[in-house]
Amino acid sequence: METRTPPRLDAIDRQIINDLHGGFPLSERPFAALAPGFGLTEEALIARLERLLQDRVLSRFGPLFHAERLGGGLTLAAMQVPAARFEAVAEIVNGFPEVAHNYARDHALNMWFVVATEKPERVAEVLQEIEQATDLEVLNLPKEEEYFLELRLQA
Amino acid sequence: MTAAPQRQERASTEPVEPIDPIDRRLIAATQSGLPLVPRPYRALADGLGLSEREVAARLGALLEAGIIRRIGAVPNHYALGYSANGMSVWDIDDEAVSALGRRIGALDFVTHCYRRPRRPPVWPYNLFAMVHARSRDEVADHVARIAALAGTAARAHDVLYSTRILKKTGLRLTG
Repeated sequence: METRTPPRLDAIDRQIINDLHGGFPLSERPFAALAPGFGLTEEALIARLERLLQDRVLSRFGPLFHAERLGGGLTLAAMQVPAARFEAVAEIVNGFPEVAHNYARDHALNMWFVVATEKPERVAEVLQEIEQATDLEVLNLPKEEEYFLELRLQA
Repeated sequence: MTAAPQRQERASTEPVEPIDPIDRRLIAATQSGLPLVPRPYRALADGLGLSEREVAARLGALLEAGIIRRIGAVPNHYALGYSANGMSVWDIDDEAVSALGRRIGALDFVTHCYRRPRRPPVWPYNLFAMVHARSRDEVADHVARIAALAGTAARAHDVLYSTRILKKTGLRLTG
């Protein structure tokens, strides 16, 4: 696991992360509209966001999409990979451009990845191609229902 | 537990309206983020050959349609110190899973909560609740709270920790 000292955040940084969770204005000068709430100028708010992105405190600033509603295919898949083959299999799986995320997990099912495709029917093909390329079974665990509440971890 | 009929999130298997070509270009242009300039919608409009007003209106309509969940800061959990990421998985009574899923999804330490198919005998779990915390002890406390909430509706559960990120790319849509 990646270990890294979290970058130091001051009170304004934390307020930005917590308050700019959503609701970014669609007005002409959205940063200017929000800046006074943080006691900042438009320019200073933009500079802070640039720094938070650069320090990777924020992974992105902008729209968060609902992947399924973009009309593509999406699933979570899991595999049980023999330890001796783990790196080789990871390389095969990661080589598919449709594999968006892939995590090693401490379980008999030790490889978990997300497949995202532009055409929904491509999901099944990708999983089958991975099975053929690795000679391992892939469990397909598509989302059937979502109980979504906003991600609200406090900074 | 009796599940009263309630409004449900749309299931992912329902058909989705095809996205308008201009919206697709707008999504492709914003998926890595908004331009950090005083007039971000004008900057996008210039790149897409649209008016500033149209860009804002289209983003508003995509929000309204739920295609955009929200516009704002997307924090990196790890950088905020939430480095213990536990995927808690539960075998919940089919009758109880929707109502319970909503209650579990509403807990402030649960970032995603989904119902997925069981794949017996290898995989008996039908509910996934992603728990983010600062340590594995804290994850365990959170999981205990979920277990208390689920009570006897949960037949079994487990927590899978990620040990390594093997690949991580964002959503990619080509315009």
